[in-house]
Amino acid sequence: MTVVVDYDAGNLRSVETALHHLGEKHVISTDPAELIGATKIIFPGVGDGAHAMGVLRERGLDAAMVAAMEDHIPILGICVGCQIVFDRTEERDAECLGLVSGTARRFPSDSELKVPHIGWNQVRYSDDHWLFAGIRQQTSFYFVHSYYPSPDDEHDAIAWTEYGIQFAAAVERGSLVAVQFHPEKSGEAGLRLLRNFLDRERRTDRPARKDG
Amino acid sequence: MLQKRVIVCLDVRDGKTTKGIRFKGNVDIGDPVEMARAYYEAGVDELVFYDITASAERRGIMIDVVRDVAGQIFIPFSVGGGIGSVDDMRQVLLAGAEKVSVNSQAVRDPSIISAGAKRFGNQAIVLGMDVLADSALPSGYRVVIDGGRVETDFDALDWARRAVELGAGEIVLNSIDADGTKDGYELKVTRLIATSVGVPVIASGGAGTPGHLVDVFSEGRADAALIASMVHFGEYTIGQIKQHLAANDVPVRQVDI
Repeated sequence: MTVVVDYDAGNLRSVETALHHLGEKHVISTDPAELIGATKIIFPGVGDGAHAMGVLRERGLDAAMVAAMEDHIPILGICVGCQIVFDRTEERDAECLGLVSGTARRFPSDSELKVPHIGWNQVRYSDDHWLFAGIRQQTSFYFVHSYYPSPDDEHDAIAWTEYGIQFAAAVERGSLVAVQFHPEKSGEAGLRLLRNFLDRERRTDRPARKDG
Repeated sequence: MLQKRVIVCLDVRDGKTTKGIRFKGNVDIGDPVEMARAYYEAGVDELVFYDITASAERRGIMIDVVRDVAGQIFIPFSVGGGIGSVDDMRQVLLAGAEKVSVNSQAVRDPSIISAGAKRFGNQAIVLGMDVLADSALPSGYRVVIDGGRVETDFDALDWARRAVELGAGEIVLNSIDADGTKDGYELKVTRLIATSVGVPVIASGGAGTPGHLVDVFSEGRADAALIASMVHFGEYTIGQIKQHLAANDVPVRQVDI
């Protein structure tokens, strides 16, 4: 069963309605045991990353996320769920899950750009990447965020977006992919991306984490 | 590159989309869920619903509309009109909207902005503001409420800045002078507010042709533009408007995948 992780990080309804539309059976869960037994995990989130990490720890979901990844379960992080897979976030300088080496950094406030970055922005992805199969290069996805993924190893980035700076719009490590934008709010392209993830099979012959 | 958003506004009364026609009052123009779906398929970037239902008892109908829309369209949408409390916000967001907008109620009690932002995040709270040109105010524009019927002492620029400080994540700026004219957006006030606050400004009021959107994005520096009549009555399609914007070097989202 596909499990949508509920850790009090905003409204899960839009992810749910998208899954329903795609005909995907799923449960919303706060239970670590359910994560470990999942066939796939969707890890959404809006709001405050530091708060989200606090709730994950309280519910024992942080250890469950690490265990799920070590068990090669396909995981999709979305928005704040893409930021807290890193070692830390600059949002209230919080320590995060450490599933991917790197940091969620705040957009510079000294530029003329408005922060949060809100709206549709173009995404360039790594050629032939499975997550973007059937989606045109430079398709726009919907973003709402003040912090952006900054992986230590540039090979962990699989897609990029420009907003004053170029940042990683999506990352992949082992069985985890995470996108900074909201596929559930990005029209047909976003639904296609979700479909691509849901069609991904668990494979134990892939390294759980690239760095072992 | 960040794209300029084209947003369609649907006024909903008692569960039906309606539109004010000058000298004729409001006429029903369709089912909001079906219209939302058609605009979604045509490539609109976002939708705004204003609940203009008169009676509180019928407000539940709007929640049903929001729920139906959320199940069928996969782009952001906001709901405004009659939002008077954090609990009203919660109901609309739980039904599936991304954002709620507050207008008159926020002028009467600005703390609703901060309370909403604290609970749901700044990205969920939109300030709607109606303004009238008035040289008696420092910025040259006065905030009016209750659909333009009641003047306030608020200066438009002061209020916009204050609302952002309180936690508004976006501003829908509606010019009462331009609204309904189809002569184009009020570019001066749009540029003033859009270049003075650190959140996106959505221009509203006056759109009659695709060229008006080009003007409000370039000269008006708006982040998004609200349209209604020009598409509701079939004068233009979303595709035509986006094509015109792209031809005039305004970056807009293309919908083929």
